[in-house]
Amino acid sequence: MTDLSMPQTQTRSQSATGKIALRWLLYILLGLFALYYLMPLFVMLTTSLKSLEEIRTGSLISLPREVSFDAWKTAWSGACTGIQCEGLRPYFWNSVLIAVPAVAISTLLGALNGYVVAQWRFKGANIIFSLMLFGCFIPFQVVLLPMARLLGMMGIAGTIPGLIFVHVIYGLGFTTLFFRNYYVTIPAELTKAARVDGAGFLRIFWSIFLPLSLPIVVVTVIWQFTQIWNDFLFGVSFSQAGTQPVTVALNNIVNSTTGVKEYNVDMAAAIIAGLPTLLVYVVAGKYFIRGLTAGSVKG
Amino acid sequence: MAPILDINNLFKNYGATEILKDINISIEPGDFLVLVGPSGCGKSTLLNCIAGLEPISGGTLSIGGKDMTHVSPKDRDIAMVFQSYALYPTMTVAKNITFGMKVRGVDQATQDAKLKEVASLLQIEPLLNRRPSQLSGGQRQRVAMGRALVRDPKLFLFDEPLSNLDAKLRVEMRTEIKKLHQTLDASIVYVTHDQIEAMTLATKIVVLKGGVVQQIGTPAEIYNNPANLFVADFMGSPAMNLIPAQATKNGSGTEIAIARETGDTLVLKDTRDLSLPKDVILGLRPEDIAEAGFRAGAGVQEAACLVDMVEPAGADTYVVSELGGKQVTARLHAETSAQAGEMLNLAFDMSKVSYFAKETGERLN
Repeated sequence: MTDLSMPQTQTRSQSATGKIALRWLLYILLGLFALYYLMPLFVMLTTSLKSLEEIRTGSLISLPREVSFDAWKTAWSGACTGIQCEGLRPYFWNSVLIAVPAVAISTLLGALNGYVVAQWRFKGANIIFSLMLFGCFIPFQVVLLPMARLLGMMGIAGTIPGLIFVHVIYGLGFTTLFFRNYYVTIPAELTKAARVDGAGFLRIFWSIFLPLSLPIVVVTVIWQFTQIWNDFLFGVSFSQAGTQPVTVALNNIVNSTTGVKEYNVDMAAAIIAGLPTLLVYVVAGKYFIRGLTAGSVKG
Repeated sequence: MAPILDINNLFKNYGATEILKDINISIEPGDFLVLVGPSGCGKSTLLNCIAGLEPISGGTLSIGGKDMTHVSPKDRDIAMVFQSYALYPTMTVAKNITFGMKVRGVDQATQDAKLKEVASLLQIEPLLNRRPSQLSGGQRQRVAMGRALVRDPKLFLFDEPLSNLDAKLRVEMRTEIKKLHQTLDASIVYVTHDQIEAMTLATKIVVLKGGVVQQIGTPAEIYNNPANLFVADFMGSPAMNLIPAQATKNGSGTEIAIARETGDTLVLKDTRDLSLPKDVILGLRPEDIAEAGFRAGAGVQEAACLVDMVEPAGADTYVVSELGGKQVTARLHAETSAQAGEMLNLAFDMSKVSYFAKETGERLN
C-alpha cells in the first residue's frame, strides 16, 4: 500500500512546484511586456517635464532633476503651428467640436440602423446590412477624392460640420454592426408584445430598446470617440486654417520647428492630444469589456 | 350571436413555401379555442396572423364582426401572452402592465385603478415594484397575463404560455387559466403542442398538421371521433391503438379479423351497421380495452391475449400485448393480476371503435 502511494504523492508535489514555477514565469514575462509598453509613455512624461538644457545634457530615461511645467504651458497655448503661435488650445477645441457631435450622431444613427436590421426584418435587410458592413473595410484613402468632391458640392468643405459629416458617414458601418449584433440577441417577441400593446416603431425603440442598450452604447462611444479623435487623414484632408483638429496641429507643431527642436514641448503636446481618449478608457474601460462580452439580455 | 373571430380561406406563404393552407375557423364569444399540433405545423404562425404580426397572403379575418385583414395589431383590440413572456426587461412589473395604457394615452387614475384590479386578481400586488429579472418563471407568467388582462380586449391570444414552466407549475397555471376563462367569460385563442393542455382547457380544438386543419371540434368530439389517423394518434396519452385489420360484412354487423403473432386470427364482432372496405385500421383507446369482467355492454367482446409487458402507473396499470403486428396498450385497474408472459382475458369495447381507411387515413365510420 505505502509502496504504491509513495511515488504518486511525489509526482503530485513535483507537478505542483512545476505549476508554481510556470505561474511565476508567466508573471515575469507579463511584467516585462508591460514595462516595454509603458517605456515610451515614461519617456514622454519625463521629457515633457524637463528643461531643454536638461534634455540636451541628460540621459533619455533619467528622471527630471527639476520638474517644470513650462513645456506644457507652451504646448497648450504658445507653440507655433506654422506661422501662428497659439499652441494646441484652439485645435483641441476644434477636435471636441468635431468629435462630440460626430460620436453622438453616429451612435444614435447606428442604434436606429441596428434596431431596424435586427428587429424589423424587411426584404433586403441582409443585403443592406452586408453593404454597411462592407463600408467598414473601405480604406480611408479610397474615399478621399469623392468625399472632397461631395463636401464641395454640399458647400461644407473645410468646415467643422463637413468633418462631422465625414466621420458620421465613416462610423455608421461600425456603429450599425455593434448595435445590430446586440439587438439581434433580444427576443423578437419583445417587439411583438410592444406592437400588440400599441407602441409604434419609435416608441418601441425609445422605451424598450434604448434603456437596454447601455453596455453597447458605451462600447460604441469609446470606439467612435477614439477613432474620430485620433483621426489624422480626414482631419488633414478636409480641414482648412482654423478648423484643423488637434492631431493635425500636433503634426504641425512637431514639424515646424525653427532653430532648436523643443522635445519637451512636442512630448507635452502629444500627451495633451492623447489625453481625452486615455480618459475615456479609464472612465468607461470596464464597461467596454463588459459590453463586448455581453451575451443575451435576460427578460 | 356574431362570431368573435372569423377566419375565411386564410393562406400564408413565405416565398414559395405554403405555411397555412385554406384555414377556416369561427368562434363564438366566450369560446376557448385551442390550436394544437406538432411543432412546425403552423399554429404559432396562425396566431401571429390573427394578431396581425404576420401579414396574411390570402383570405379574410374579422374580429368582433369587423374586418381586420389588413389592420395593424394595435387596432385589433387583442392582447397576447407570449411563450417567453416578453416582459420589458427595464420596466417594473407595474410599468410592464400599464405600458399599453400609457402608449394609448389612458389617464393616470384609470391606469392605477386597472392596475390594482388586475394585480389583485392575479395576486401579484407584492411584485409590482420588481423588475422581470427578479421574478420566478411562474411570477413572470402571471405578470405577462396581467399585461394582457388589463387591456380588457375582445380576444386574448396565448402562444404556448406554459411551455417554459416546470411540470408542477404548468398544471397549476393551467387550472388558473381555466378559472380565469370561466370568471371573465373571455374569448381566447390558445396555441399549444401539448394535447393534454388542449383537452383540459378548450371548448373547441383545432388540430393542425402541415398548415392544414385536420379537425375542428369539441374536446370530446376530437377524442372520441378523430377525423383521421393523425388526429387519432396525436390526441390522447397513451395514444389510441391503431391496429391493421380485415373487415367482412356479416348480417347486420361486421366481423373484424386481426392477425396475431401466433399465426392465428382474432375475430371480433362489431354489431353496428357499417359499410367498410376490406382493409381497415381499427382504432381503439387504451381505456376501451379492459380486463375481462370489468367491462360490460352490448359491444364488449372478450379474447385471451399474451401479455408482453405490464406498466404500473399508479392509478392505472397499462398492459401491452401484440395484435396485428402493433403494440396494443390496454388500460387496466391498478390491482390487476396481469403478469408479463402470461395469457390474460381482455374485454374489447367494440362500440367505441373508430375505423380508418388504410390508404388515406380518413375516418370511415
